[in-house]
Amino acid sequence: MNPERAEKPEASEPPEERGTPIGRRVLLGTLGLGALGVLAAPTLQRGLEGFLGSAAEKDPTGLTGLLPNGGGFRYYSVTSSVPHKNAANYRLTVDGLVDTPKTYTLDDLRALPQTRMVKDVQCVTGWRVPDTPFEGVRLSRLLDAAGVRAKSGAVRFTCFDGAYSESLTLDQARRSDILVALRMQDKDIGHNHGGPVRLYVAPMYFYKSAKWLSGITVTEDVRPGYWEERGYDVDAWVGRSNGRDDDPTT
Amino acid sequence: MTLRPDTAAPPSADVRRFGPAQRWVHRTTAALMGVCVVTAACLYIPQFAELVGRRELVVRVHECAGLALPVPVLVGLVSRRFRADLGHLNRFGSHDRIWLRAALHRDKRRALRPAAKFNAGQKVYAAWIAGATLVMLGTGLLMWFTHLTPIQWRTSATFVHDWLALTIGIVLGGHIGMALGDPEARRGLRTGSVSREWADREHPLWRP
Repeated sequence: MNPERAEKPEASEPPEERGTPIGRRVLLGTLGLGALGVLAAPTLQRGLEGFLGSAAEKDPTGLTGLLPNGGGFRYYSVTSSVPHKNAANYRLTVDGLVDTPKTYTLDDLRALPQTRMVKDVQCVTGWRVPDTPFEGVRLSRLLDAAGVRAKSGAVRFTCFDGAYSESLTLDQARRSDILVALRMQDKDIGHNHGGPVRLYVAPMYFYKSAKWLSGITVTEDVRPGYWEERGYDVDAWVGRSNGRDDDPTT
Repeated sequence: MTLRPDTAAPPSADVRRFGPAQRWVHRTTAALMGVCVVTAACLYIPQFAELVGRRELVVRVHECAGLALPVPVLVGLVSRRFRADLGHLNRFGSHDRIWLRAALHRDKRRALRPAAKFNAGQKVYAAWIAGATLVMLGTGLLMWFTHLTPIQWRTSATFVHDWLALTIGIVLGGHIGMALGDPEARRGLRTGSVSREWADREHPLWRP
C-alpha cells in the first residue's frame, strides 16, 4: 500500500496508484552499474589513463592531477611528520657486514661520479609517471667502497622518517640501475619526494625506492621492509610481482 | 533564541515530520559518511596527505567508518516509522514524474513541483546514495581483503572505488548545498517538526 495514499484517501490522484517501486530499481541499477564497472575496469582504465595523461600535459591548473589516475606523483608517508634534512645535517651511513663502515655527507655524495637514468616510474597502486630522470650515485659503488664481506647476502635500507625500511638481495643491490639518488626530474630531490637523498630502484615498484634514505646496512638475509611486512612482495619487479602485469620499467 | 521565527509561531502551526528513529539514522549516517569523506581526502589529495601522514591509521579509520556506514539504516529498520519512510522513498507516483520533468527543464514553478512527504529528487537521491554506498562497501572490501580475490579484481575495484568516490563527493556536496539553502528542512531533521506553511508549500501532497 502507498502510505501517502492510505493516510489521505481524499487525495486528488487516482486511487489505483500505489506508486511504482522506482527507488528500489534505482538502487539495484546503481549496484548493477558498480558491478559492471568492476568488470569493465581494465578497458575503461586504459582509455582514461591515455586521455587524462594527455590532458594533464596541457592542464595549467593541475586539477587533472587530483582525478583518479590523473598522472603525476602521489605523496605517501607512513609517519605523521618527517624531519627536514639539508647539506648541513644530512648523513648517510653504510654499515653492517662491511670491512669499513662509512658515513657520507650530502657533499660527499655529490662529489662521487653521478649516473643519470630516464625511465618510467610505476607505483604498485597503479599510477605511472613516464620518462622520469633520476640522477645519483650507483649503490654498487657505495657497497664496493665499504667492502662487502663474503657471507653477506642482502642490503637493508633505513630512513630518517623513523619508520620506513626497505631491502634488496645483494645481487639486486649490485645492479647498475639502482641509485642512491640526489636528483629527480633534473632538480635536487625536494623533501616531499624523499629528499635530499632517496633510493631509486628502477626495475621495481616504487615502494622499493625508499624516500629520505639515511642508512644502508649489509646483512646476511633479506629482512622484509615496511610495506612488505604488510603484504607486498619483497622481490617487486614491475610487471612480475604483486599480481600485476604492468609493462616493465627497464 | 527569540529571533527564531519558529519559536515565536504557535505550536499548532508545526507538523510532525520525523520521529527520533529517522533523525538518529540520518545523524549517524551523516557522521560516518563525513568520516569516510575526510579520511578519503587525507588518503587521496596530496596536500592533505602531506599534512596528515599516518597512512596506516587513516586507512584503518576509513575502513571502520565504511563498514559501519550501513549499520544505522539496518538498525533503523526496527522502527515502524522509519520503514514507512523507506516506503515513501521507494514508491514513485505520477506527480513524481511531473516533478522530475520540471527539474530536468529547470522549471521552478511551484505547480510543476508536486511532492508528497518526499519530492522526486529526494527519492532518487536516497536510492542512488544507498546503492552507491553498497558499491563502495563491496569494492572497498575487495581492496581490503586482497587475498580473497584475484589481483585483477583489486585493481578493478580500486578503479570503481576511486571514480565513484569522486562522484559521491560531488553529489553529496549538492545534497548538503540544498540543505544549507533550506533552513526549515534542516529544522525538520533536527527537531522532527516543520511549519505547516513550509509543508504546504514544499510538500503539498503530504498530509501528515
